[in-house]
Amino acid sequence: MASDVLEKKGPRAHDAVPTFTVTMIVRRFDPEVDEEPRWVDYDLEMHGTDRVLDALHKIKWEIDGSLAFRRSCAHGVCGSDAMRINGRNRLACKTLLKDLDVSQPIYVEALKGLPLEKDLIVDMEPFFDSFRDVQPFLMASSKPKDGKERLQSPEERARFDDTTKCILCAACTSSCPVFWTDGQYFGPAAIVNAHRFIFDSRDEGAQVRMDILNDKEGVWRCRTTFNCTDACPRGIQVTQAIAEVKQAIMRGKP
Amino acid sequence: MSETDQGTIVDGVHFHKHDIVIVGAGGAGMRAAIEAGPKASTAVISKLYPTRSHTGAAQGGMAAALANVEEDNWEWHTYDTVKGGDYLVDQDAAEILAKEAIDAVIDLENMGLPFNRTPEGRIDQRRFGGHTREHGKAPVRRACYAADRTGHMILQTLYQNCVKHGINFFNEFYVLDLLMTEVDGVERPAGVVAYELATGDLHVFQGKSIIFATGGFGKIYKTTSNAHTLTGDGVGIVWRKGLPLEDMEFFQFHPTGLAGLGILLSEAARGEGAILRNSEGERFMERYAPTIKDLAPRDIVARSMATEIREGRGAGPYKDYVYLDITHLEPAVIDAKLPDITEFARTYLGVEPYTEPVPVLPTAHYAMGGIPTTNNAEVLRTNTETVPGLFAAGECACVSVHGSNRLGTNSLLDINVFGKRAGNNAVEYAKSADWVDLPDDPTAGVRRLLDHVRGGDGSERIAVIRKELQEAMDRNAQVFRTDESLRDVGDLIKKLRARYRNVQVQDKGKRFNTDLLEAVELGFLLDLAEVVVYSARNRKESRGAHMREDYPKRDDKNLMVHTMAYLTGDAESAQADDHIRLDWKPVVVTNYPPTERKY
Repeated sequence: MASDVLEKKGPRAHDAVPTFTVTMIVRRFDPEVDEEPRWVDYDLEMHGTDRVLDALHKIKWEIDGSLAFRRSCAHGVCGSDAMRINGRNRLACKTLLKDLDVSQPIYVEALKGLPLEKDLIVDMEPFFDSFRDVQPFLMASSKPKDGKERLQSPEERARFDDTTKCILCAACTSSCPVFWTDGQYFGPAAIVNAHRFIFDSRDEGAQVRMDILNDKEGVWRCRTTFNCTDACPRGIQVTQAIAEVKQAIMRGKP
Repeated sequence: MSETDQGTIVDGVHFHKHDIVIVGAGGAGMRAAIEAGPKASTAVISKLYPTRSHTGAAQGGMAAALANVEEDNWEWHTYDTVKGGDYLVDQDAAEILAKEAIDAVIDLENMGLPFNRTPEGRIDQRRFGGHTREHGKAPVRRACYAADRTGHMILQTLYQNCVKHGINFFNEFYVLDLLMTEVDGVERPAGVVAYELATGDLHVFQGKSIIFATGGFGKIYKTTSNAHTLTGDGVGIVWRKGLPLEDMEFFQFHPTGLAGLGILLSEAARGEGAILRNSEGERFMERYAPTIKDLAPRDIVARSMATEIREGRGAGPYKDYVYLDITHLEPAVIDAKLPDITEFARTYLGVEPYTEPVPVLPTAHYAMGGIPTTNNAEVLRTNTETVPGLFAAGECACVSVHGSNRLGTNSLLDINVFGKRAGNNAVEYAKSADWVDLPDDPTAGVRRLLDHVRGGDGSERIAVIRKELQEAMDRNAQVFRTDESLRDVGDLIKKLRARYRNVQVQDKGKRFNTDLLEAVELGFLLDLAEVVVYSARNRKESRGAHMREDYPKRDDKNLMVHTMAYLTGDAESAQADDHIRLDWKPVVVTNYPPTERKY
């Protein structure tokens, strides 16, 4: 007798959602062959709680192995699979098909504003460059004398909790119209990560980061369109964080 | 730095030279890099962007006897680790883990990690499975945490500090071979060979010290909390080099995966008071672990859940899962301490944890076994001798601090303690070591590997072979095992290995060819699954996560020893017996002779 009691045939916990057919229209681009990206249709039989990532895997594993996309954790914490789904930036692993209108085709394409490499893969380096440029690490000259932790009250800790959730998926930055037209703009994700340190009571580098973001490509480029907040798969109040950094710069302190 | 260093190009192959070469950019790899980077020329090579590593998926906490909220000490932590591992833990290593835990947590806080805080401003701590005060009397609050995204915070903090130190990363580079050269009769590492995803180019990294920190291989199972990328490449490379693997039969099944999906719901839920219930609403863990109940170690809880289901007390229309109930907790507490996992239940199962119990099932989670190392993270080439200059840390390594069953929160601890040790020891070694010459034509092995996966008749799909492997592993080598079930899956693996020779790679291009790499990864999964099953069949006792129904008792007289698996003869031969040799290595016992394990 093996452990067949644990063998699962698929998600059954809530199997009210039946099998259905969905058309995925994926913007493909093979840099070794194509001059321009092209849209390709796939009709797929999908099930109850399947996500867009499952549909992409079905294409890759059963139809065309050359379809290229990034993915890793498959439950919304690693930030690999941000892409445009029906025109909105989302994580493919966190977007359930049943929550989209499956009577209509689902359009999937790479993030906008970052250089397209292949199919759903973009060059992430410009994005990480901006992140690194805000000096995203704790700057603190002193260490507690007793060899223990620095003290921080729960209230001080709560002050920057929201911006610690960032997974650097680029959904926010690549949803920003300012970033689309001006690739030099730091973009929301870099500002979110600056916020995470500017408002950390242990940090002494707020002025450094505020100076960096007071640049013409800094926070003042933000037009408060809230695209970033809508796009964030972690529910971070991105636009608010940017506004708080703007206010801190105007005050000259966090 | 943004531009990846292209190295020196000779005949299309890129050559790089660094004192320290770290393979893997999860918690262990980056913790090592933070030690090594400021002291020696260091390169970190990762198949992912560092912030994508699966350390970031860890939720509940990191154990350390800080005693911030109640009395605790590292000796109790050592004892719990040894007992939790069902006495297969090397006790000197567990002592190091528990002692150095305190500095490891303080290091992270000093680096900027935003731990949850007590009203006094200290790092807050919470309960976790198997962590007790006074040698098992009651649960103790030992897990330092940041909501239920402690791993995320560790990964981010370590990456932030790597940015601070200007660590040289090679992202989306897949290391596929370890280069060894014989020096004075002993094989020593000369470097590694990596495949660059973006271009398909091969890169040779020569290093004095090589650290493997490549994580686990949970994708040998279907129902798993592990990322798609956890295919055991590093462990597989070491195995193929003829170096041993230790305790591979011990694989942890985490009790609370979302039913049918395997997505993890942290043990922190039970640490905060969640209760497991069967179809009758009974808190069944009271029967299996009367003292610490739902906070028993994971092997015991997973087995208890499986037993409930087998005996007909599973919940749901098919009676095939149990419930994790947090409905009695205040929504404010849930939001503050367990926000992410409740979001997972809502997103993926459509269940509202405030008011409904969440369907859960054990999910493949963590490899206790792996590349055997000393307490200084040096890799063993025999039961007693090391490979000079080769190190391993994190889930890919087996020190062994986890024995046959890891305690929750001890893995985030392991990566920090032994990642740091690996980094420091790699630097020490590199200071006095000479460069080892690269072999002639260093990329020959990787070219052969790639030709191999592209060279068959293309009649077999990658996904089909992988699925057959994963489903059979779930069926036959999961929480319960028998000689028959292991023989069944062993026979299947033999057939799958043969079919793998004709695997189909549809993508013929060089740029971002993830199809080719999935084929390569499948090869590692097949090799490692074979070792897991072979080692499991050979261990005729039940210990920790390894439950043999045909040998239900622990056998300390004969089997309180580590399994050491060696690749011998023709690795391609069909029968596992022809190319795997098993040996035993003694367990280090210091203060804790084995006793019956009760909770």
